[in-house]
Amino acid sequence: MNNPFNVLGEEGKPSITGEEHREQNESGSLSDRIKNLVESSDLFLFMKGNPQAPQCGFSANICAVLNSLGVIYKTFNVLEDMEIRQGIKEYSNWPTIPQFYIKGQFVGGNDIITELYENGELQKMLENFLPKA
Amino acid sequence: MDFEKIKELIINKIEDAEVQITDLTGTRDHLGLVVASNQFKGKMLVEQHRMVMDILKENLKEEIHAVQIKTMTKDQL
Repeated sequence: MNNPFNVLGEEGKPSITGEEHREQNESGSLSDRIKNLVESSDLFLFMKGNPQAPQCGFSANICAVLNSLGVIYKTFNVLEDMEIRQGIKEYSNWPTIPQFYIKGQFVGGNDIITELYENGELQKMLENFLPKA
Repeated sequence: MDFEKIKELIINKIEDAEVQITDLTGTRDHLGLVVASNQFKGKMLVEQHRMVMDILKENLKEEIHAVQIKTMTKDQL
C-alpha cells in the first residue's frame, strides 16, 4: 500500500528544516521537562521518530508540511520516552501524537495542521517564521 | 474495532452527527473518520476535533492506534 496516510510531497521532497532537540536536563520533573521542551523553540513538534526518520505516517506528514514551508522547528521523539509520551497527552488534553506547538501553545495534530495548511491559515499563523524571500 | 460501536459512541454525544468511518490500513485500528454536525458551527477546528477526540479517548488507549479526523457542519457535507 503506497502512502496510505497521504504524506505530502512524497515525490519531490524539500529540505528538512526540523531538528531533534537535545534536552538540557532530563532528570527534572515531568512537568518541568515538558515546559522546557515546548518553550525551547518557537515551533515545537512532539512526534514519533524525528524529521530525518519519522516513525509514523501522521508524524511524517506534519514534518513534510513544515519542511515545505521552510520553517525551522524542533522535535521530540516520544518513542524514546514513555513518561513524556503519556505526559504530553495530559498536558495538552489531547490523546494522540503528533502534537504541534507554536510559542508554547498547542495548535493541533496532523489533521488540523494539514487542514490549516490547505486553507492557507497555517501560513498566516507562521508568517513571522517563514524564510525571507 | 467495531465501527458500528464507534458510530454509536459519537452519535450518543453528538446527536445530529453523520459519521463515515474508513479503515486506512486494513487492520481496523487506523481509522479515517468524517463527522458532520451542526454542533460544529462557529467552533474552531481544534475545538471540533477535540469534541470527537474526547469521545474516543478511552478507545484510543487500546483498540484504536490512530485516527484521522475530518469535521464539518452538515451543510458542508
